Amino acid sequence: MTLLELQGLTKAYPGVIANSDVSFDIHKGQIHAVLGENGAGKSTLVKAIYGLVRPDQGKMLLEGVPFAPSDPRAARAAGVAMVFQHFSLFDAMSVAENIALGMENPPKPHALEAQIRKASEDYGLPLSPDRIVGDLSAGERQRVEIIRCLLQNPKLLIMDEPTSVLTPQEVDILFGTLRLLAANGTSILYISHKLEEIRNLCQHATVLRQGKVVGTFDPREMSNREMAEMMVGKDLNAPNRVPSPRGAPLLRVAGLSAPAPHQFGTALKHISFTLHAGEVLGIGGVAGNGQDELVAALSGEMRTDADMIALEGRGIGADGPNTRRALGLCAAPEERNGHAAAPDMSLVENAFMTAHTRLSLVERGFVDWPASRAFAQAVIARFDVRTPSPETAARALSGGNLQKFVIGREISQNPRVLIVNQPTWGVDASAAAAIRQALLDLASAGSAVLVISQDLEEVLEITDRFAALNEGKLSEAVPTAGLTMEKIGLMLGGAHDLEVAHAQA
Amino acid sequence: MDINPILLLAALMVASTPILLAAIGELVVERAGVLNLGVEGMMIVGAVCGYIAGHSSGDPYLGFLGAVFAGAAVSLVFAVLTQFLMTNQVATGLGLTLFGLGLSALIGMRAEGTPDLTVAKLALPILSDIPVLGAILFRHDLVVYLSILLVAGVWAFLTYTRAGLILRAVGENHEAAHALGYNVRLVRVLAILFGGGCAGLAGAYISLVRVPQWIDGITAGAGWIALAIVVFASWKPWRLIAGAYLFGGVTVLQLNLQAEGLKIPVEYLSMAPYLATIIVLVMIRAGRAPASLGKPFHPSS
Amino acid sequence: MLRLEKRPQPSRGWTYGAPVLAVFLTIVLGMGLFALLGKDPLVAIRTIFWDPIFGPFAHFYRPEIIKKAAPLVLIAVGLSFGFRAGIWNIGAEGQYIIGAICGAAVALAFYPMDARWLIFPLMIAAGVLGGFLWAMIPALLRVRFNTNEILVSLMLVYVADVLIKAFSIGVLRNPEGFGMPGSRNLRQYPSAANLDLIPNSGLHWGSLVALFAVIFAYILFTRHHFGFQVRLAGQSPRAARFAGINANRLVILCLGISGALAGVAGMFQVAGPSGQILGSFPSFYGFTAIIVAFLGRLHPVGILCAGLIMALTYIGGQAAEAQLNLPAAAILTFQGMLLFCLLAVDVLTNYRFRLGQGEAR
Repeated sequence: MTLLELQGLTKAYPGVIANSDVSFDIHKGQIHAVLGENGAGKSTLVKAIYGLVRPDQGKMLLEGVPFAPSDPRAARAAGVAMVFQHFSLFDAMSVAENIALGMENPPKPHALEAQIRKASEDYGLPLSPDRIVGDLSAGERQRVEIIRCLLQNPKLLIMDEPTSVLTPQEVDILFGTLRLLAANGTSILYISHKLEEIRNLCQHATVLRQGKVVGTFDPREMSNREMAEMMVGKDLNAPNRVPSPRGAPLLRVAGLSAPAPHQFGTALKHISFTLHAGEVLGIGGVAGNGQDELVAALSGEMRTDADMIALEGRGIGADGPNTRRALGLCAAPEERNGHAAAPDMSLVENAFMTAHTRLSLVERGFVDWPASRAFAQAVIARFDVRTPSPETAARALSGGNLQKFVIGREISQNPRVLIVNQPTWGVDASAAAAIRQALLDLASAGSAVLVISQDLEEVLEITDRFAALNEGKLSEAVPTAGLTMEKIGLMLGGAHDLEVAHAQA
Repeated sequence: MDINPILLLAALMVASTPILLAAIGELVVERAGVLNLGVEGMMIVGAVCGYIAGHSSGDPYLGFLGAVFAGAAVSLVFAVLTQFLMTNQVATGLGLTLFGLGLSALIGMRAEGTPDLTVAKLALPILSDIPVLGAILFRHDLVVYLSILLVAGVWAFLTYTRAGLILRAVGENHEAAHALGYNVRLVRVLAILFGGGCAGLAGAYISLVRVPQWIDGITAGAGWIALAIVVFASWKPWRLIAGAYLFGGVTVLQLNLQAEGLKIPVEYLSMAPYLATIIVLVMIRAGRAPASLGKPFHPSS
Repeated sequence: MLRLEKRPQPSRGWTYGAPVLAVFLTIVLGMGLFALLGKDPLVAIRTIFWDPIFGPFAHFYRPEIIKKAAPLVLIAVGLSFGFRAGIWNIGAEGQYIIGAICGAAVALAFYPMDARWLIFPLMIAAGVLGGFLWAMIPALLRVRFNTNEILVSLMLVYVADVLIKAFSIGVLRNPEGFGMPGSRNLRQYPSAANLDLIPNSGLHWGSLVALFAVIFAYILFTRHHFGFQVRLAGQSPRAARFAGINANRLVILCLGISGALAGVAGMFQVAGPSGQILGSFPSFYGFTAIIVAFLGRLHPVGILCAGLIMALTYIGGQAAEAQLNLPAAAILTFQGMLLFCLLAVDVLTNYRFRLGQGEAR
């Protein structure tokens, strides 16, 4: 029986058509995947169903009745609930307050707490109502979102890329919860670009490419390769590594400890590793386990004791970013807009921003703009950055293009050591492939590359050795060859206090 | 020295009331994630409008009411500019102060006072008979009690009501509040109007009770001090009272010392409230500000 | 329904068009204001905006405009550094007053010695230093204690105001002034006077320094690494930290520059157009300069134009006060409206209006 019917949904933004004539049905009790790479229009589609975006054309029927929610509250009232990819949570508030904010008519505080405890037991999602959300791990924060939805007995639960913040073990538990919900008659709309998990979980899948539906099928009957091709529209070459011998140690981190930089940050606890010339070291971990802090400590944004970090034998822990750049250490933080790049500045200015030290673009205090422009143009050409001109503001570029520019800017400075955090986050498949290839080429040329990533498939694909970051502590690095998802999951701390509760449920 | 401590403390409450009123309004605005630096401007417009409304009608309470509306009306300009035209909140708030100073002087040219307009003291039965405390706390005019009731009301509103929860949510993370379907702009506009009304009332209290007359620039920085007190209070309502009374205390003491004819020249004594503000700003470690404070919000996806 | 849509990148046309539109809108609104006050709006606008430049008595008004613009431009250029970096020095008025006090104090200390080559440069140095040090109070407190520089710099305006009133009847009072408040008139002390370099041109040393500051700031912003750091820190503080910019150093430098320029503006004012330290010396220039800085879009050349326009409203306003009995407060209100209009039309640079169905809200 059909729960939700989409008929010809179309939504255009200036310059892009996010959704074009999208139609498909979701049945009751069905787990329905919407598959597509970044930028394919998945988010716009679910926002339309949740009332955050109003489609330009087309209509929706919920249980046969026209459905056009004017805002999320109307959607919730009609029985649609959503778990966001970037959580819609309030750090400084308690779990119970966060949940109350997502409900139409929350009960009195006491009754609500009881409901939270009951739901968390029923679905094996341990959660204490009076904790402050800012102190929770990413997995726990997702539980807050899920329970917030479940307390409203939704007919349709939308999950937007829910596994990107979970360890493999936590993913299994989440899938158990979702199957239980589907068995009880709740429909689930599951948004993802990860093929394996869709095959595991869903009976139906709709693939979006450039805003259009390009296929609806049963994912259990398709190979990963077939699905990937449908998603991307062309063959993608797996990154190609020219093997290089492991060279001398370049970066040595010894007992790196640092307090949390802000209230809801993570403290770094005695982190040690060595990075050799010609290798790619991967650091995996679930969001919020100290990745940002580790990058800040390595790039020089956060200072530590000088000898905690040594570059070719010289202690640099107390030096600022430009001193480290001069010595050959470059970095690209996770957030493109406003951290790795200044969104309102031109690409030329953004190129100058980090490259002026190594390329001597400042002379007696004055900026050499012609040379900076030439450098920006070189990065644009070498990394195939699609932009009208180097004078274009960074914010006008798509995520993939800006990321290619940011990574390209650092690689083009010929660093001895390159540190990247989430190099392909929110980037389309072809740009991701290009970035991964560029990182491998840099290592093959004899530099050392540290890739911090939450995308475990990426880590498996491009790194030589792997270490796990969990609550600010780093595991021993092990060779990547021969690692399984399950092994990685255990290194990442397994299911963070979930297993017991789940076993009981 | 011959300063009567009971009278001093009672005067302290009167001197603190305008700062407290303006601060409680600004606290609500900032908890909603908006930084309105125009408190001084809204206050002074309230002061002149309240003065005119009070004296032309002969009823001070109509004056207070007029000031509330005047303050809210000026704050509406700020609300439209920052919430709908996405202007920089710092610059707009400063503009509001400059505009308010000019506008009040313009309106105030025709302000004429009637000498016998007074705001009655309301001695609370029984309580006012308590020795010492009664004279200090319970023999004031209605607005003094109202200012404390407002603090209690705002505290209860933020802590216990759903609307208060939504307001805090909007100030904490406006993107998330928007994603959950709350009307961020509406909440903020209402908060700004409340802040404007409170500032207007605060201004009228200065021109109708504290001074009481109309002079250009009468608020003399009280609005800025109110802003400082919100930081001092770490955005918590009850702490505002401590902050406001501390500054009221410095002001009253300074005036009394002037009257006593101390060795320090009069001019230098009048710097005290401003210096005290700086010292307090340095000494206290402010708590955590609302996370979205001062950041612009545009509901695009 | 009308809705706003963010532009992928700022519109070049509106970057320059917005201030012009703002001035136009303000004139329209101002006409409404003047009509409300019972004045003929067209006559009022002509008196304020046309007559001082092109009217029969323009030769009298034009130098006055230049004299009025000098301190506004000087202060606003200084403020533009901080405002671009997201460092809000709201206390330029205080730094202006302290600069004036220091400059005048040096002159009065040497009175009646005849040595312009020594005294005048020393006065300039004292004005710069006074404003700089006064601005260092909020700067150092912010760096050391993370105190809000807006509130501290503003509180210091009130303190400076008290000081100049106290000094004008205290240590700096004219001993030959028959007990009247106020210092000696520096205009009548040749070694210290800041008079027109060419008689009746309105160009004094302050105007030249203001022009110099405009050029200097223009080069810093477009060509120099420091200007880039200021812009980056204001637009993306996190990216600035990643780029290795020392935020504390920027706070000190930006507040220091604006303090020094405000201080020297105060010194030129007290030695020239004002003439003496007096309780009524503070004239709101430090605050009006904030409007000038925004009206000029924080761009040095824009500030120069904005300073002249703002000076015109002052001079024209005085003329309107004399001829039409238009109250001085009306001009202040008018200036506030100008800032509002400017902020409001700025939206066009980064957003565009679209007709049609909007997003949910």
